[in-house]
Amino acid sequence: MARITMREAISQALWEEMERDPKVFILGEEVGVWGGTYAVTKGFYDHFGPDRVRDTPIAEAAIVGSAIGAALTGLRPVAEIMTINFAFSAMDHIVNQAAKIHYMFGGQMTVPLVIRAVSGGGRQLGATHSQTPDAIFAHFPGLKVVAPGTPADAKGLLKAAIRSDDPVLFIEHATLYQVRGEVPEGDYIVPLGKSTVQREGRDLTLVTYSKMLEVSTKAADQLAREGIEVEIVDLRSLRPLDMGPVLASFKKTNRAVIVEEGWKSYGVGSEVAARLYEEAFDYVDAPIKRVAQKEVPLPYNRTLEQSAIPGVEDVITAVKEVLHG
Amino acid sequence: MAEIVTMPKLGFDMQEGTLVRWVRVEGEAVEKGQVLAEIETDKATVEVESVASGIVYKHLVEQGSVVPVGTPIAVIAAPGEQVTDLPGGMEAPAAEKSAVAEVPVEAEAPAALEVSGETGRIKASPLARRLALEKGVDLAGIRGSGPGGRIVRKDIEAALAAAAQPVPAAVIPPEMPPAPAVQPPVMPLWSETAAAPQDERLPIGKLRAAIGRRMVESKQQLPHFYVTASYNVEALMALRSQLNAFLPEGQKLTVNDFIIKATALTLREFRNLNASIVEKEIIRHGHINIGVAVAVEGGLLTIVCRDADLKPLRLISSEVRDLALRARSGKVRPEDIEGSTFSISNLGMFDVENFGAIINPPEAAILAVGTAQKVPVVEGDEVRVGMRMKATLSADHRVTDGAEAAQFMQALRKYLEEPLRLLL
Repeated sequence: MARITMREAISQALWEEMERDPKVFILGEEVGVWGGTYAVTKGFYDHFGPDRVRDTPIAEAAIVGSAIGAALTGLRPVAEIMTINFAFSAMDHIVNQAAKIHYMFGGQMTVPLVIRAVSGGGRQLGATHSQTPDAIFAHFPGLKVVAPGTPADAKGLLKAAIRSDDPVLFIEHATLYQVRGEVPEGDYIVPLGKSTVQREGRDLTLVTYSKMLEVSTKAADQLAREGIEVEIVDLRSLRPLDMGPVLASFKKTNRAVIVEEGWKSYGVGSEVAARLYEEAFDYVDAPIKRVAQKEVPLPYNRTLEQSAIPGVEDVITAVKEVLHG
Repeated sequence: MAEIVTMPKLGFDMQEGTLVRWVRVEGEAVEKGQVLAEIETDKATVEVESVASGIVYKHLVEQGSVVPVGTPIAVIAAPGEQVTDLPGGMEAPAAEKSAVAEVPVEAEAPAALEVSGETGRIKASPLARRLALEKGVDLAGIRGSGPGGRIVRKDIEAALAAAAQPVPAAVIPPEMPPAPAVQPPVMPLWSETAAAPQDERLPIGKLRAAIGRRMVESKQQLPHFYVTASYNVEALMALRSQLNAFLPEGQKLTVNDFIIKATALTLREFRNLNASIVEKEIIRHGHINIGVAVAVEGGLLTIVCRDADLKPLRLISSEVRDLALRARSGKVRPEDIEGSTFSISNLGMFDVENFGAIINPPEAAILAVGTAQKVPVVEGDEVRVGMRMKATLSADHRVTDGAEAAQFMQALRKYLEEPLRLLL
């Protein structure tokens, strides 16, 4: 298996799906001639041509709106929103149209749309360009939300998203593009809505996804040196949320910490913790803890920004508190 | 009237402590003197006791916070009391919490929050409850190890394990044939088929980590030098036997008690060795507080005998005995380990001839004491059996020099070799 970056894995998935199915096309700001703000679609314009790799105006509502129209009429658009922060401009199209058309028209139509968007902070882009609002989008039934933490999952999940007849928000993390990992070549599919155990352990269950998988893994390495073995469950999809592996792990360890980059209030951690209490109450041996972003607009100052985003030490502290409790 | 509990100062160089764990949760009843929280200093993890009886009205700091000395950490209030002027503008507890506190005392609201087998609700994790139900374990008989006495899985497992322990065999009846002589276990011969020895990996405990931190700091930053002397302790051993003949069991004087007293008296003449470096100053301490290293599970603690130069031997002896007992049973109080100005480490009971100790910062010196043993001594042209004890002073070269250290060891001689001076 080749060790490639997350960027290459996403690019590979897009390329292979466009080669496989002529209905698949890309649209977004600077995706064509420039090759994508994060260089994911470099070379696509020359190979697939301007009809299938379409540069758009800086107008997110127009990008998603026209993509929905294309999807309704039989194409399979992959719309790129430069950062998820700009998806707020297209909120009505995403949650009121894409997420509801299949339901409201009695299943007569499907919206096979993928929206790729970059989420997460840590790059000093300021409060309005660094948010991790993943949970907001996961709130709406009818919209699938996927956020890979490894290059292999990025490839497999993106291919599955493109083949899905439902609208999928595919969230990429800004600081994971350079991360390398082994990625199967060819037609590798990871089904949507399946959590997975990324690391086995007996003492505590760490539930996480996306960038925080990397942070949690580092914390787990350090904890292992102290004899604490944590199990890491990677959600991979926020909707549908697959609690199976989370519950199985929690029933073994009886203790859990949920790590997410977004804010704690009404977040992914809140949802997972509530489900653990609802579905595994008799297995709870200590209060479940959430590690999340400090409840402030993310600061621009590098030191403040880093202290607001959950880090390895925050995870270690939470794990020890839960093990102590 | 609400009482404020503050971060205690455990040693004159302590600036801050880490609040490791709240033992009593908000809303829980607490008696004056009961343990409220555990705090960790550079030296040890110690328990903070409540300054008043009442209800834990509010925690002012979170677990894990590093808190400067003197900062309010908790409010203890009377049952039902509403505290309005919390220190530092901390917000009052949420409405539902005060509602609990406002329940009339007759309703035993605070008692309901207490861990209790007969009255009140037993705090147990859901998992512990289910296991107890499945295994038929009575929760009322179990002491919880979780926060606020919560019973968790390992407490149930411990209770089950204890129940499964076979009852110790009664005394063998006399008519039974004598059991064959028990051979001590013999190590098997090495063979390739024997199971390979396994490495064991252990987490570093808090105390171990704190000792490690301080000793690395001391050995790396303090320029240690060592001066060893050998003392004739024949008179001291004789005096000790004489005195102990008057004392009941449990109150007998140890050799170390004499060494503490002798060292304290010697330090009166060597104020420069009863000192600390703090920033750019040498502080020569007014009080002579002798720290005594005590081996405890998982490490060692330095207990403090205050004003040892002023105290009679019996008082030193009983204080050190009590403090050491508390340290070994994990009940050490902040004041037990704070404020030593010079330390003594005695490995004499392990037949150690001599060793060098690491200075206990911020002190300037430490005395390492070996065992008193019979040795051949030359007197005139005769060899006879004498009793000698070696001691080594480790000193900080930033504070003192070899000559002064040597003079200290010399001055110590007159107390150890003419021990009647210790009774004056």
